[in-house]
Amino acid sequence: MVYGIAKMLNFAHGDVIMIGAYVCFFSLLHWNIPTVFAIILAMIICTALGVLIERLAYKPLRAAPSLAVLITAIGVSYFLQNAAQLLWTSSPKVFPSVLGDTSLRLFGGQLSVSMISVVTVAACIVIMLGLTWFTGKTKTGKAMRACSEDKGAAQLMGINVNLTISVTFAIGAALAAVAGVLLCSAYPMLMPTTGAMPGIKAFTAAVFGGIGSIPGAMLGGILLGLIEIFGKAYISTQLSDAIVFAVLIIVLLVKPAGLLGKQVREKV
Amino acid sequence: MLKVENMNVYYGAIHAIRNVSLEVLQGEIVTLIGANGAGKSTVLQTISGLMRSKTGDIAFMDENIAAVTPHKIVERGLAHVPEGRRIFLRMTVRENLEMGAYTRHGSEVQEALEKVYQLFPRLLERRKQIAGTLSGGEQQMLAMGRALMSRPKLLMLDEPSMGLAPILVEQIFSIIEDMNKNGVTILLVEQNAQIALSIADRGYVLETGSIIMSGTGHELSQSDDIRKAYLGG
Ligand SMILES: Nc1ncnc2c1ncn2[C@@H]1O[C@H](COP(=O)(O)OP(=O)(O)OP(=O)(O)O)[C@@H](O)[C@H]1O
Ligand SMILES: [Mg+2]
Repeated sequence: MVYGIAKMLNFAHGDVIMIGAYVCFFSLLHWNIPTVFAIILAMIICTALGVLIERLAYKPLRAAPSLAVLITAIGVSYFLQNAAQLLWTSSPKVFPSVLGDTSLRLFGGQLSVSMISVVTVAACIVIMLGLTWFTGKTKTGKAMRACSEDKGAAQLMGINVNLTISVTFAIGAALAAVAGVLLCSAYPMLMPTTGAMPGIKAFTAAVFGGIGSIPGAMLGGILLGLIEIFGKAYISTQLSDAIVFAVLIIVLLVKPAGLLGKQVREKV
Repeated sequence: MLKVENMNVYYGAIHAIRNVSLEVLQGEIVTLIGANGAGKSTVLQTISGLMRSKTGDIAFMDENIAAVTPHKIVERGLAHVPEGRRIFLRMTVRENLEMGAYTRHGSEVQEALEKVYQLFPRLLERRKQIAGTLSGGEQQMLAMGRALMSRPKLLMLDEPSMGLAPILVEQIFSIIEDMNKNGVTILLVEQNAQIALSIADRGYVLETGSIIMSGTGHELSQSDDIRKAYLGG
């Protein structure tokens, strides 16, 4: 979403996810805050962080060539990783299970699904529906779509483009906090580099599904997950990441707009 | 209503606009004509704040807007239909119009919408259609309707005739005259000098960034130089 509107790859997104997970970790284990509030706290801090990053690092570069912005984003990513390392050391933390170890048994116990998977899928669906509603029905959401199509024309409509981009970053960062908690509940090892790989993979999923399309990103994510798992099972465990990126390259070559990406014919 | 004084605009080292001054009075249709690359679009972009002039002043309704951000300029009642229309192709007709009313609130939006549908019944018919699938003429109507949604006092149009069949051009220009009769002041940029001068109260001729001539629509269309250069003899 952020890419679609700001036309930049936010390489630091995964690291915001990591920070969100750390915030949640400390509030749960050290300050004994109830889970719900821990998640809300993580969202607030990540939102603030997202806006701060956007203001300090990206906003001054809005007119700069995209390569400069990309390099800045990678820099921000490393900065966050190293800051996390300084603050919380690089030793892995075992993330507390937010939901306990319960699992759901379906079909008379033949199929068992862990609670966290259910919650993750449910959360994704809720977020997807929420975003679709937001961008489709609210004034700010529509303004985001307008900015993503044509910033100049959006300005001529009276839209404050800078503010709209900041709001987009804020929403992205708040959702990153949720992603952080879900990720660490599923894979309870938390390190400063935790966010890097999922961040890149999430971007791959978004490209795969079609940049700017919210259901597309979700479909891309599911397909990518399946490819990764089958790749691990049938081809090679070590190569699974490589397979994911090979898929990305093939998709970009064959269908640059992504699976659900819309190619709009432009009339002159 | 609008007064541009001593505008100088650069693209890097290119000096695109040289000492341009012009004025648009309340209720007028003023046209700015000139060949390809003369700098017409650049003048409009600078007035609406997308580009900046190195020197001089731009006054709108007696207030200096030379340093005001584009979205604030729209709020003050100055709308700009850019060259090539630049409608939001992936949004519906209705959503495009709503974006035009971004600076307006509550019942104002509904009123503006009804007025625009009245002026362009075709847009009402097509309100749910994705804008990218409209015909060229419909897209031009949408671009104009979208700009009207902000209830502008002054409307700047950049080549509304571009790419349209002669019959559609006539239709668009009669709508421009209607809008003007409804109280919207118009600054019209055109390459099609003949039709622009036929509806304009006054006109300016821009050549390689400088204004070389100005006068009433009638004077300009009678001028020998203009006839040779822009009206095909
Ligand atoms: N983004 C840009 N970068 C560099 N030069 C530019 C840019 N945009 C316009 N120019 C130059 O500025 C001059 C004026 O351009 P402008 O688009 O204002 O002309 P115009 O009169 O609107 O032409 P047309 O009738 O073709 O639309 C041209 O020489 C053009 O090459
Ligand atoms: Mg032009």
